[in-house]
Amino acid sequence: MVTTTALEAELRALAGAVPDPELPVLTLAELGVLRDVRLTAPDRVEVCLTPTYTGCPALETMAADIERALHDHGIPHVEVHTVLSPPWTTDAITDEGRRKLAAFGIAPPRPTGPGPVPVDLTLRCPHCGSTDTTLLSRFSSTACKALRRCETCREPFDHFKEL
Amino acid sequence: MTPRTATPALPLGDDALILSHRLGEWAGNAPVLEEEVALANIALDLLGQARVLLSLAGDEDELAYLREERQFRNVQLVEQPNGDFAHTIARQLYFSTYQELLHGHLATGDTDLAPLAAKAVKETAYHRDHAEQWTVRLGDGTAESHTRMQRALDTLWRFTGELFDPVDGLDSVPWHDLRATWTTRITTTLERAALTLPEGPQRSGWAAGGGRQGLHTEPFGRLLAEMQHLHRSHPGATW
Repeated sequence: MVTTTALEAELRALAGAVPDPELPVLTLAELGVLRDVRLTAPDRVEVCLTPTYTGCPALETMAADIERALHDHGIPHVEVHTVLSPPWTTDAITDEGRRKLAAFGIAPPRPTGPGPVPVDLTLRCPHCGSTDTTLLSRFSSTACKALRRCETCREPFDHFKEL
Repeated sequence: MTPRTATPALPLGDDALILSHRLGEWAGNAPVLEEEVALANIALDLLGQARVLLSLAGDEDELAYLREERQFRNVQLVEQPNGDFAHTIARQLYFSTYQELLHGHLATGDTDLAPLAAKAVKETAYHRDHAEQWTVRLGDGTAESHTRMQRALDTLWRFTGELFDPVDGLDSVPWHDLRATWTTRITTTLERAALTLPEGPQRSGWAAGGGRQGLHTEPFGRLLAEMQHLHRSHPGATW
């Protein structure tokens, strides 16, 4: 059985509290990209991160930010690895993460797990709450977002697209 | 440097790298801002896939920047010039449909490509969707857009046969079935777009080999010159 020490839990919380470089409203834990934090020696920590998209350019910044946070906590050796499997999905974003995205003006992703396929109607404008929105572009300012417009308040907004 | 040239990660990584570079050439030239962003995002996904795949085959930078033309194993389709927007969309339609099917198969296997394939297949589904939507919009659009889209499909058709040549090391892939499914999907999209499935041969008349054997078309040398120039002129340059 794999056990987690109190120190590991503390380090995991620290690494998880690092903000996402491109969506600073979210922490890495809320985004669901932090897979593991392990002490491999008393002064050595191994961190596993998974990318949202394979080419996500924020990954290197995330790794550097985690290293800095753990160094500041007195851990001299920090190794950050990238793991691809199982692939990240937007279902890994926590409920708190979804709430923060909406408050930030980004429509959170709809569930992709087993069950009925979500229909566009369930997507709400993060500004006025209207469900009458139109897709402008499947690709937006980052790989993980699509660009939509609200037909009620006429504001364009980003949608964290389902993956 | 002794790249593991036997690994199938190399040809698949080269496909992603070279198509990523071609799509990147649209930056600053796309017809509308949304497409500028879309093509750059697709290029970024492909670059991410290429980095993982080439790292399985050796040192990613050395493989990308220091190989000669004959050492690249990408299919000739991905090195074809962007042409007009319809050409780029036709190339995207042919390739992303193929890539989604191939990654979908590899994702269920147990090779070292499976984790990347499972990740990439979801990204590629967006690329294919983007290409299909534009194919329908252009094909079923104006007389001009229809003519250009059909011309692009016809022009690139002769590069589609090579997609289904078995790749060394991917013996478990049912290439024949892949080709049949690909043809069905392309046919369905073209019907929706009021376009016609090209009829000519799916290979060029000169059949001495293809990109998987390191034999490339004339525009590829210029692409490599641009892609590798900085690294070769200023080794180790950073900014």
